[in-house]
Amino acid sequence: MSAGVPDAVALAADARSCTEAALAAIADAADVAALAAVRPELLGKGSPLSGLRRRLGSLAPAARPAAGRALSEALAAVEARYTERLDELRAAERRAQLEAERLDLTELHEPPPVGRLHVITQTQRRLEDVFCAMGYTVAEGPEIETEWHNFGALNFPPGHPARDMYDTLYVDHGSPGSTLLRTHTSPVQVRVMQTRPPPLYVVAPGRCYRQDTADATHMPVFHQIEGLVVDEGITLGDLAGAIETFTTAYFGPGFTSRLRPSYFPFTEPSAEFDVQRPDGTWLELGGSGMVHPSVLEVCGVDPERWSGFAFGFGIDRLAMLRYGIDDLRDLWTNDVSFLEQF
Amino acid sequence: MKVLLSWLREFAPVEGPPEGIAEELSDLGLAVEDMVTFAEAPAGIVVARVAGLRPHPDADRIQLVDVDAGDGEPRQVCCGAFNMSVGDLVPLATVGTTMPGGLEIRRRKMRGRLSEGMLCSAAELDMGSDAEGIMILPADLEPGDDLTAALGVAGDVLFDLEVNPNRPDALSVVGVARDLAARRGVPFELPEVRVETSGAPAGESASVEILAPDLCGRFSVRLLRNAPGARTPPRLARRLLALGMRPINFVVDISNYVMLEIGQPSHAFDAALVPDGLLRVRRADDGEQVETLDGVRRTLSAGDGVIADASDVAIGIAGVMGGASTEISAETEVVLLEAAWWNPPDIARTSRRLGLRSEASARFEAGVDPEIAPWALERFAELAAAGGVTLAPELVQAHGDVPSRRPVRVRTGRVNALLGTALTAGEMRACLEPIGFEIVPARAEPTAASPRSYPGEVWDVTVPSWRPDSSTEIDVIEEVGRLWSYSRIARTVSKSPHPGGLTDRQRARRRVHEALAGFGLMEAMPLPFLAPGDLERCGLPPDGITVTNPLVAEESVMRTSLRPGLLKSVAYNAARRQPGVALFEIGHVHWPGDGELPDEGDHVAVALAGREAPAAAALWERLRRAIPFVPTDVRNEATAGLHPTRSAVLVAGGEMVGVLGEIDPAVAEAFGIGERVAWLECDLARLLESHVDSPGYRPPSRYPSSDVDLAFVLGDAVPAAAVGTALRRAAGDTLVSLHLFDVFRDAERLGPDRRSVAWRLRLQSADRTLTDAEVGEIRAACITAATTAGATLRE
Repeated sequence: MSAGVPDAVALAADARSCTEAALAAIADAADVAALAAVRPELLGKGSPLSGLRRRLGSLAPAARPAAGRALSEALAAVEARYTERLDELRAAERRAQLEAERLDLTELHEPPPVGRLHVITQTQRRLEDVFCAMGYTVAEGPEIETEWHNFGALNFPPGHPARDMYDTLYVDHGSPGSTLLRTHTSPVQVRVMQTRPPPLYVVAPGRCYRQDTADATHMPVFHQIEGLVVDEGITLGDLAGAIETFTTAYFGPGFTSRLRPSYFPFTEPSAEFDVQRPDGTWLELGGSGMVHPSVLEVCGVDPERWSGFAFGFGIDRLAMLRYGIDDLRDLWTNDVSFLEQF
Repeated sequence: MKVLLSWLREFAPVEGPPEGIAEELSDLGLAVEDMVTFAEAPAGIVVARVAGLRPHPDADRIQLVDVDAGDGEPRQVCCGAFNMSVGDLVPLATVGTTMPGGLEIRRRKMRGRLSEGMLCSAAELDMGSDAEGIMILPADLEPGDDLTAALGVAGDVLFDLEVNPNRPDALSVVGVARDLAARRGVPFELPEVRVETSGAPAGESASVEILAPDLCGRFSVRLLRNAPGARTPPRLARRLLALGMRPINFVVDISNYVMLEIGQPSHAFDAALVPDGLLRVRRADDGEQVETLDGVRRTLSAGDGVIADASDVAIGIAGVMGGASTEISAETEVVLLEAAWWNPPDIARTSRRLGLRSEASARFEAGVDPEIAPWALERFAELAAAGGVTLAPELVQAHGDVPSRRPVRVRTGRVNALLGTALTAGEMRACLEPIGFEIVPARAEPTAASPRSYPGEVWDVTVPSWRPDSSTEIDVIEEVGRLWSYSRIARTVSKSPHPGGLTDRQRARRRVHEALAGFGLMEAMPLPFLAPGDLERCGLPPDGITVTNPLVAEESVMRTSLRPGLLKSVAYNAARRQPGVALFEIGHVHWPGDGELPDEGDHVAVALAGREAPAAAALWERLRRAIPFVPTDVRNEATAGLHPTRSAVLVAGGEMVGVLGEIDPAVAEAFGIGERVAWLECDLARLLESHVDSPGYRPPSRYPSSDVDLAFVLGDAVPAAAVGTALRRAAGDTLVSLHLFDVFRDAERLGPDRRSVAWRLRLQSADRTLTDAEVGEIRAACITAATTAGATLRE
């Protein structure tokens, strides 16, 4: 404090120089850490500016309020500048850090492979789901079957010419000719009727076999789905209705179906069913018919009380049609470049 | 079965566009596979005779044909077909003709040789689908005739029908016409045959005997004089040709024509070569031989049927093929023409055994009309009369057993109940009577059982002889539906009284599929057949069930494991520069068993190419956590076909339910795989045995958890899982997780054949904060338990 200068004036001058020094220190801080480090010296209780408050008591009472106010303003100004500078420095640091973390997101390494279900599994599920939604349950049966379940119970007596339509593979089990690789999923009908009482609303998807040379349209093993309904008062009209409901549900609106008379030993009346595409062309899909009374009887179902219908068609062909696959053998080679596309 | 529209129209007035007729045929169950409208041949196509055939000096695939086109000018044509002989009549497109496809025929050189025109196939003329060879024309045409005029088939329509095995009647023009007429409501008539008889009665020089009545239901013979020599009537020859049957000679052509028309095959014997004119039907002796018309000596077996002569020598195989010794020839004067009804299964068996199938045997197998033979023989005589052939009076015949037919009891109410229709009795009659079913009201007494009664009429329906397939009520119901049309039956939807859906097991199997795909694996579908030796190559016992009649050895064994198939798939991909594939399969496997059927079950298998055993163990752990399988332990154990020191078995309830580890490098090599392959295979059915869809849960605790880390030194003989199990058991209810987080070996610090394994146990109570004392007690119990299990705490 210099002699001769009034205390209030001297105080104001000191406050000014302290403020300037503080602002200069704030401006000099290069980063958040440096700024934080100087804070106690500038704004803490021991800071020069705070120290000036102690001299207020020596002022004339009349001068004190104004001087006190001036000191508070000076402190507030330093505080404000400090906060402003802190924000600036933080923003700069964030900018620097984010810039340092810049990545090229097109710089891709090969990701782990995506797993896939086989196109046949996918197709079979779609079919199962459609029929489940129509109130059917899913039944299964063995792929190696007795001759009786595959033929005998289905109204193919031994030596029946219709057996020639199936190129049957037999296996070495039991007496010769007694055990075979099922040629269709129809034996599941027999097993279901023998073990569950009607009403029955069942589909049976599965693998079937035949003596065939592999080529673009034939394989010695293939997949079929079979439907069976047995209930009171089931009619050929119900079969036509079920086929039509399935056609629309599976293929989509604009597709429709028709039945044409045909022949299978285990159904009568028998029918082929065709699906008409929206462009008017027809696709021959499968076989169907009313369950033959002899089959019902053999399976312990009274044909005078119950009636039923059955239908069956190929799953592989539907998969091929859906994706435009033109060689059946591709389904079985397991080339991952094929599998990964579905 | 091929039919011509013009031929159908001889029996029923079927008018209208052919497309409509094709629709009706398909709707009647006679699916039209192909329809050909015979076009008019373009102007300039004439009949020409092949006068000479010479090889082309500079080309193998074409020959030089000298043709006579009736104008006296010799012509040379280059031709790429080789099916004609000198003397044949063929269609010649002369120079200047524009073909149906727009090609203009010019005089040109082919490989240096002049070609003046083109010989045509049926397809090139739009006269059929045969594009293989040049069309051979009926021999009665004259060179130079305009082809269209000469053939007389222009505008005719050919329908190629798929006839089901239950419809032998539809293997004839008459049968198809009868169905069409019934559908159309137009009259159908089998015309009276008009034929004069002359000369001595047949019975004076011909006789027949049936010694096997179960084989032959009827054997009918007519005697014809002034036999061949004649040309086949042109109209007949043209039709045969249009149907793809090559005219052969007068007698054979007419026999074929009658067969196509009415469905009854017939066979001609040269009467001069049949001693005493006696034809005897009997079963063959085992090893008996007969030379058939095609010149082949055939050995018969005891079940076959033969026609023998008076000295009991076989001169033909019943229903399949005639014999060479009595074949008609240019010298034949008198013919014994035979038409028979054979028991269908007998003919099927013989023709299959001999590998001889003909148009005739196909019809006998399906079942010809047992009543039609006399009509067919007279029809033959009527057609043959044009060639000067005369018919002797008298039908010589013998009868055996024909299956007896009884009227069928039909309830009209049941017809509607099964078809879903509301037809009147009159509407049903209108379906059945035009196809020959005769209806009378049933006599009062009911049939054997007491079937359900329906409102409506009860009928006794007599089924016509040409419908052997129809013998029960349901057969007649089918006929009503067929003639009424399936497309006119209203579609209804029956409702299941039960909810639909998958079973818990089926849903669980789907979850396994999804989990494995979610782990990045691709589902493979290898062929389920194996070659002999495939199982051994995998190090597995060769106990696969064998297929007794495989087409190829590669498809002769059923798999007992999914391993061979997946390893082949791994090798296939590796060979196509796609190493490191991760595949899985879920599928059936079979083992020999003592039951009615072999044992069969669902397996799941995983092959991770380019990965070592721990990858399989880790995958199993992930799968086990994803699916609530039955509790299963992993036990280190050498197992067949897997790397002996890197394999383990999965054990549930004391039984082995799977294996995991790494494919034995020797096995991989045997499959041509250069990579390591991590392997997992288990019995899916067993794993899902006690599967429950919602096994409950444990609510997250609101209290803090404590972690305890414990590191032990384990000898290599002590499996980590054994210590883990001991820790789990000792920690009790408060254990929420147990993680193995560190393994290291350090021979100096730990000793040889030992490793350090560290676990982190997270402890947490559902209802309180665990005290330090409690945690300490659990820690001590864990150490004791681990020590008992063979581990030593690492201090």
